[in-house]
Amino acid sequence: MNRTGSGCSDGLLPAGQEKAAGQPLWLLAELTYKCPLQCPYCSNPLDFAGQGEELGTEDWIRVLQQGRELGAAQLGFSGGEPLTRPDLVELIREARALGYYSNLITSGLGLNERKLEAFREAGLDHIQVSFQASDEEVNNMLAGSQKAFAQKLRMAREVKAQGYPMVLNFVTHRHNIDRIDRIIELCIELGADYVELATCQYYGWALENRAQLMPSRAQLERAERITNEYRAKLAAEGNPMRLIFVTPDYYEERPKACMNGWGQIFLTITPDGTALPCHSARQLPIEFPNVKQRSLGDIWYRSFGFNHFRGDDWMKEPCRSCDEKEKDFGGCRCQAYLLTGDAANADPVCSKSAHHDQILAAREEAEQPSAAPFTYRNERNSRVFCRG
Amino acid sequence: MNLNGTPTFNPLFRFQWEKAQDCYVLLYPEGMIKLNPSAGEILALVDGNRSLAEITAELEQKFPDAGSLGADVREFIGVAHEQNWIRMQ
Ligand code: SF4
Ligand code: SF4
Repeated sequence: MNRTGSGCSDGLLPAGQEKAAGQPLWLLAELTYKCPLQCPYCSNPLDFAGQGEELGTEDWIRVLQQGRELGAAQLGFSGGEPLTRPDLVELIREARALGYYSNLITSGLGLNERKLEAFREAGLDHIQVSFQASDEEVNNMLAGSQKAFAQKLRMAREVKAQGYPMVLNFVTHRHNIDRIDRIIELCIELGADYVELATCQYYGWALENRAQLMPSRAQLERAERITNEYRAKLAAEGNPMRLIFVTPDYYEERPKACMNGWGQIFLTITPDGTALPCHSARQLPIEFPNVKQRSLGDIWYRSFGFNHFRGDDWMKEPCRSCDEKEKDFGGCRCQAYLLTGDAANADPVCSKSAHHDQILAAREEAEQPSAAPFTYRNERNSRVFCRG
Repeated sequence: MNLNGTPTFNPLFRFQWEKAQDCYVLLYPEGMIKLNPSAGEILALVDGNRSLAEITAELEQKFPDAGSLGADVREFIGVAHEQNWIRMQ
């Protein structure tokens, strides 16, 4: 790499030109793209099979140390399936020694009593187990695996038995949302501390499968009503379990304040060391730095990629002159890019966007169930999306 | 809530000094609560051994100018209990 020129040639802004940024409180370590499941809404990039080699243990330890120095307090180990990394215990131990609160985000496949004990002893704080549905058949259909559900149940029970705080995560969509009552009952039975009922966000694989995933408005409203009824019931029973219901932004008129602002609190490191301001940003036509070449401090404060959408100089109309821009920052850059072809446009979820008709069309489509099969997230399908 | 009891942390929360924030914080799954200085000083003494009375006495010793702290400590512990951060034994 040529480092002799001005500050620009090495991918960093010249000192003094950085835009205002908060501390990266949240560090998400995507340890691997390997995964035994094939969820059709997976947030991994479509072309994951063509990405570079995984970082080694020492690289990750350096990343954890530098992240902590920058102020990161929450650390997520995710993937893919992070359990496929043989050095996971070592990374957990390092995270604890550095003072992180560490979260393991897992499908539960590949987990066993012994590993849970080893993680506990190494200082893991919390485990999130993701489920695909509340019953075996739908779960396994969605996960693309025959034995997934039984294993998940066993592991969720074991996670609680070993005294971990437990979050259960259900990605909801048109095939499981009508059983939300059974999903919540299952979570009560398993003793979850928090339950995330998160409707799919349509990036990556989920966008490919949107017609098969997106619930109708009636489905969504029913699910929200039932969730509220359960909240009241839990409160009345003194059960501290918390239900977190995430609506899909496709049914909103204003976009979400994505990631609390570009490069403000959230930092993702992908398996090959690419640093991203959110886990879907890899799809954008922007060059992002790699932790093998740069320190996390330079990446966070000075790289072009992380400065790109900070502040509001980049905005176009209608956002530029909108009085709500401080509130939602124009929405999600990835959604703007995927649906309009320009990442600097307003997020089309916004009713002021000239592209909002695409969202309306998707809502209409969701009223008619699609019979087309899922595109499952697996190596074979991923190769179709790999460039060159 | 038993005010003669001994507070302990709900295992869902981890309490620590956070240098980057310059304050005590409570960490929990995917979240962080920043504590104001007096809340931090009180929770720093919660260890599952000290009773509420002992915590109050230690704080009064540490901050002699503050006068009697019993009411403040009880009030905050009430809030912390309501928030599910601590349990009383
Ligand atoms: S969403 Fe499903 S396929 Fe994707 S990493 Fe998670 S468990 Fe694997
Ligand atoms: S126009 Fe832009 S800034 Fe205004 S509400 Fe819509 S997305 Fe947000």
